[in-house]
Amino acid sequence: MIKDQGFLEAKAAYCLDVAKKIGASDASVTIGHSISETVNFRNKNLDESNRSDGLAFSIDTYIGKKKSSISSSNLLDENLYILIEKCYETTKITPEDEFNSLPDKNLLADKLKDLNIYDNTHIDNDKKIYYLKELENIASEDKKIINTESSFTEKKTNFILANSDGFCSGYKTSSFTTSCVAVAKDENSMERDYEYSSKRYLDDIKDPQTLGKLASHQTIRKLSPKKIGSEKLSVIFDKRIAKGMLSAFASAISSSAIARGTSFLKDQIDEQIFSNSINIIDKPDIIKGLGSKNFDSEGIKSETLNLVKEGVLKNYLVDTYNGRKLNLQSNGRSGGTTNLYFENGKQSYEELLKTNSKCIYITETIGHGSNLVTGDYSVGATGFLVENGEFKYPINEITIAGNFKDMFKKISLANDLDFEYSTNSPTMLIEGMTVAGK
Amino acid sequence: MSNFFDKSDLVRKDAENIVSDTLKNCDDGELYLEDSKSESIILDDNKIKSSNYSSDLGFGFRAVSDEVVAYSYSNEISKDSLKSSSENLKSTIKSVKGTYNNEIPKSNKKFYSDINPIEQKTLNSKLEVLNKVNDYLRKKDESVKQVTANFLGEHKSVEIIRSGGEAITDIRPLIRFNVSVMLERNGRKETGVYGIGGRQGYDDYLQNDKWKNVCEEAFRIASVNLESKPAPAGEMKVVLGPGWPAILIHEAIGHGLEGDFNRKKTSAFHNLMGQKVASEGVTIVDDGTIDNRRGSLTIDDEGTPTERTVLIENGILKNFMQDRLNARLMNTRSTGSGRRENYRHVVLPRMRNTMMLSGNQTQDEMIKSVDKGIFAVSFGGGQVDITSGKFVFNCTEAYEIINGKIGSPIKGATLIGDGPSILKEVSMVGNDMMLDPGIGTCGKAGQGVPVGVAQPSILIDKMTVGGTKL
Repeated sequence: MIKDQGFLEAKAAYCLDVAKKIGASDASVTIGHSISETVNFRNKNLDESNRSDGLAFSIDTYIGKKKSSISSSNLLDENLYILIEKCYETTKITPEDEFNSLPDKNLLADKLKDLNIYDNTHIDNDKKIYYLKELENIASEDKKIINTESSFTEKKTNFILANSDGFCSGYKTSSFTTSCVAVAKDENSMERDYEYSSKRYLDDIKDPQTLGKLASHQTIRKLSPKKIGSEKLSVIFDKRIAKGMLSAFASAISSSAIARGTSFLKDQIDEQIFSNSINIIDKPDIIKGLGSKNFDSEGIKSETLNLVKEGVLKNYLVDTYNGRKLNLQSNGRSGGTTNLYFENGKQSYEELLKTNSKCIYITETIGHGSNLVTGDYSVGATGFLVENGEFKYPINEITIAGNFKDMFKKISLANDLDFEYSTNSPTMLIEGMTVAGK
Repeated sequence: MSNFFDKSDLVRKDAENIVSDTLKNCDDGELYLEDSKSESIILDDNKIKSSNYSSDLGFGFRAVSDEVVAYSYSNEISKDSLKSSSENLKSTIKSVKGTYNNEIPKSNKKFYSDINPIEQKTLNSKLEVLNKVNDYLRKKDESVKQVTANFLGEHKSVEIIRSGGEAITDIRPLIRFNVSVMLERNGRKETGVYGIGGRQGYDDYLQNDKWKNVCEEAFRIASVNLESKPAPAGEMKVVLGPGWPAILIHEAIGHGLEGDFNRKKTSAFHNLMGQKVASEGVTIVDDGTIDNRRGSLTIDDEGTPTERTVLIENGILKNFMQDRLNARLMNTRSTGSGRRENYRHVVLPRMRNTMMLSGNQTQDEMIKSVDKGIFAVSFGGGQVDITSGKFVFNCTEAYEIINGKIGSPIKGATLIGDGPSILKEVSMVGNDMMLDPGIGTCGKAGQGVPVGVAQPSILIDKMTVGGTKL
C-alpha cells in the first residue's frame, strides 16, 4: 500500500525539526513514496514481472544565503539525522548566493483543487496478463509481425513538500501505462514501431484490441523503406513527434537558460517568434491531466499561462531562484511545464497533407540534434513520402535540419489536438526544411 | 566494504536461507545489495550553484526460470522486506523444474582500487578548483560569457548473494570533471564542452594544473564553432578522428551485438554470426579489464569477472556480449557483460569499453584521399534503432574537406548511417588508436551505465551528413 499523508508529514516534520535544531536558518524537504508493478510479455508469453517500492527524501538547508542539499532513499530517523547534519556542515562552507531563498510566502498554494489524478483501483498481475495476451494476439495476427513485446505498468505515488515557513502539502497520483512494440519483417527489411496508452485512470486506457492493431499497422507500413534524395521540402510531423518541438521551446524559455544567457530565445519577450496563428498554453488544472499539478516543486501555486499569444512570446517559465536573478516573479514553473499544448490550427489533417504537392511525413526522429544556444536543429528521421495528400512509400536513413528561429515562424497546425501526453501538439507542418538523403 | 546486515534485523544466514529457498526451483537469480554514495558540485554563472550529496542503499532480488524474469527491489534492508520480495517472486515464477546453475567463474584480478573519491578530497579544495576554472576562463578572453564546471563523484559498494550462500563483492569508485564554456563574438554564441574521468581519485586527473587542459579544450572547441559555416547535406566521405568518435562504433555496431536483441532476433545482426560484417582490417573488442577506465569492471552485476571480448575480428562477426540469462538461452557463456544502473533495475547485457583496434594508415593519407567530404573530430550524443540498424550521432566539432585539404569548420550536424553496412564502407583504418577521455554514459531501457570507447582515425566512404546546405 502507498504510504499515507500522515506518515510522510511526520517524516517531513522530523527533518525540518532536526535542521532547525542543528542551526539551519531555513529548510525545505520533500518525502516521496512510489510503488510500481510491471508485467512484460514477449511473443504472447510472460517475460518479466517487476515490482518496485521506493521511498525518497531530499532536503535543502539554508544558512542565510548559503544553501546545499542532500538526498537519500533510507528514511530511518537515525540515517536522516546523520545526513541532515552532513548537509548543514556542507552548507556552512558553501559560498553565499544572494538569490538563494525559500519561495515567496504569498505565492504558495493555499488550497488544493481535486484534479482527479489519483485512481485508487489496483489491477492485479493476472488481469494485466489477460490484457497483454489479448493485446499480443491482435498485434501478431499478421504473418509479417515476427516479434511483439508489450508491458503493463501500474504506478502510485504520494509525496509531501514542507518548508520552514510553514508550507506542508502533497497528494497522491496514479498512472496506468500499456505499450506494445512490434517488429515486422519482409524480404527487404526489418522494422520496429510501437503504440502506447498512458492514463491517470485505469478505465481510460485504450482497449487491448485497439492498441494491438495500431502497433501492428504502424510497424508493417514501414516495411521496405527507400532512401530519398537531398532537397528542400515541407516536413509534416506526426503528433507523437510534433510535441518534441514544444519541449525544445519549453527548454529554451526556462528562466535558468534565459538567466544564463544560453538560449536562442533570450530577450524575445513581446517579440513575434511564431506566425500570428500560433498560441501556446500551459494549463496545470486539466482534470485527469498527465501533467496536472496544484503547485510546483517549490510549493508555488501553478496557474494557466499563455506562453505564446498570436505568435508573440508572453512568458518565460520562472522559478524563485532564476526569477530573482531576472527580476521576475515566479509563475510556479520550478520543475518545468505542466500540461503544455499548441491550440488547434484552422485546417483539417487532410488539408494539411495537401498543402504541398510533395512533402515528407515524419513518424520518428532519432538523435539529440537540438542546440538551444544557437537554435540549430538536425536529427535522423523515418517516415513516409507524401504526394498530393497521399502516402506513397516509407522512407528512412534521412536527416532533417533547420534552425528553430526560422522553423518556428513556418509552423502551421492541423485541428486534431488531443491530450494523449502531458505535452501535446496537433499534426504540424514546417515548410522549407533541408532533407538530406542520397 | 559495506556490511549490509549490521544495521538491520536481517542476519546474513537468514538472507542466505531466503535466497536459497526462493531460487530452489529456478534456473538462476541472486540477491544484489548495493550501497552507493554520490556527490555533485556545480559552478555556474560565477557561483557555486549547487552542492548535492546522495546516499542510496537497497537490494534487488531476481528469480529466473527459463525465459521469465521476476524482479523485486526495496530500499529497506530488513527481514520483512526481503520476505515480501521473496513471496512476490514466488508468485510469478511458479517453476518446479529449474536447475540452479552454481557455476560462476572466479578471478582475483582487480581493475581499480578500493578508494572513496568523495572522501579523498575536501569540499573546500573542490570548490577552490571550480573557482579557479571560472577565473581562468573568464580572464582568458573577453568573449567568454558563461562558464559551467562540475565534479561528479561516486563510491558504490555491491554484494551478490547466490543460492547456496556464495557471496561476491566489489567496490567501485568513479569520478568525472566537466567544463562547459559559452563564447559570444559579433553576435554569435557557441559552446564548447570537455570532460575527463575514470575509476580513480579526483587528483589523479586534476593535479599539476591538469584542469587547465580541460578548460583549454572546451575553449578551443567553442572558438572553432564561432567560425563555423552551415554544414553540407547529402551523402559524402567522412573521416573520423581518433578516440571519442568511436561512439559511432558503440551505436552502429555495439548495441546490435548485445545478447538480448540477438536472442530475441530483433537485432539486424542476429543471423550474421561468422559472417563478414566489416571491411578487412576492422577488429572490434569490448573490454572490461583496462585499469581504471570508466567502462571497466572487476566483476559484472551478476558476479561474473569481466573480460576482453572479441566482437569482430578482421571483419568477421565472432561474439555477442552476454549476461547469464541470454548466454544460457543461446547455449553459450556469459562474457561478464551483465550490468544494471543500480539495485532498482534488472540486469541487461551491456557494453563496457568498446574499441576498434589500430590499422596501418595515417590520418593524413585519409584526408588527402577525399575530394569532398567532412572531417569529424568530436561528437555529442548518438542513438540507434536496433531493428532497422539505422543510427545517428551529432558532430560538435567538424570541418569540411575539399580536394584533400581540411577547410572551414562546419556547424553541428547529425550524421546518419546503417549499422550492418557502415563497417563495410570503412576503407582506411589509422595507426593512431586513442581512448576517450572517460565521459561516456550509455542509455538502454531507461538505465544509464558508465562506458568507454576507443578507435583510431578511420575513413568511411559513404555516409549521409544532415546539414542545411544543399
